[in-house]
Amino acid sequence: MEIMKLAGAVMLLMGSFSLLISAIGLLRMPDVYNRVQTGTKASTLGAIMAFIGVGLYKFDAWSDGNWIGRVLILIIFILLTNPVSSHVLMRAAYFMKVPLSKLTKVDKLKEDIDNNVIKEPSNE
Amino acid sequence: MISPEMIVYIAVGVMTLAMLMAMVRFVKGPSVVDRVVAFDSLTISSLVIISVIAMLSNRMIYFDVAIVYGLLSFIGVIVVAKYIQKGL
Repeated sequence: MEIMKLAGAVMLLMGSFSLLISAIGLLRMPDVYNRVQTGTKASTLGAIMAFIGVGLYKFDAWSDGNWIGRVLILIIFILLTNPVSSHVLMRAAYFMKVPLSKLTKVDKLKEDIDNNVIKEPSNE
Repeated sequence: MISPEMIVYIAVGVMTLAMLMAMVRFVKGPSVVDRVVAFDSLTISSLVIISVIAMLSNRMIYFDVAIVYGLLSFIGVIVVAKYIQKGL
């Protein structure tokens, strides 16, 4: 199954370039919030593509081991956990009062706090 | 003639470059959250590298290491976020 190996390797290469784009965004973005954004979304996509590549590369090992099954478990796990952790982290950064970038136009959470829709977490 | 193994090695090199860039942000990040995000990015890149090592050395047991490492990283990020939000 040489063609499957080639497809898996190309998929792995595409995923690794997506991880590289995520790391470049982590270096160049002006703000904590933008960094969380790029550092989580692009790296989720890159990891999923790379894991699919691993599963395709090992496609002929279907009978003597469940490579595809474990790859799917890992993909579902990353899809579930990575957005949750980025959301919790960004919310913690906002309530820690990390300054926003000067380019920020809209801040809906500040409006909600001013209108008493959401309370800031207190030190209890 | 390009073999699939060669493409895999190039991909591992690109991922190592990404890990180096995240390491720079991990060292110089101005706030705690920057460092946690860089750590999360490092963890995801190393998950992929662990699975590539499992693929190349043909041992399926290394894949379980990647699964457990991802779980531990998620719990670590949640705990740090809860801590800096004064909730712990």
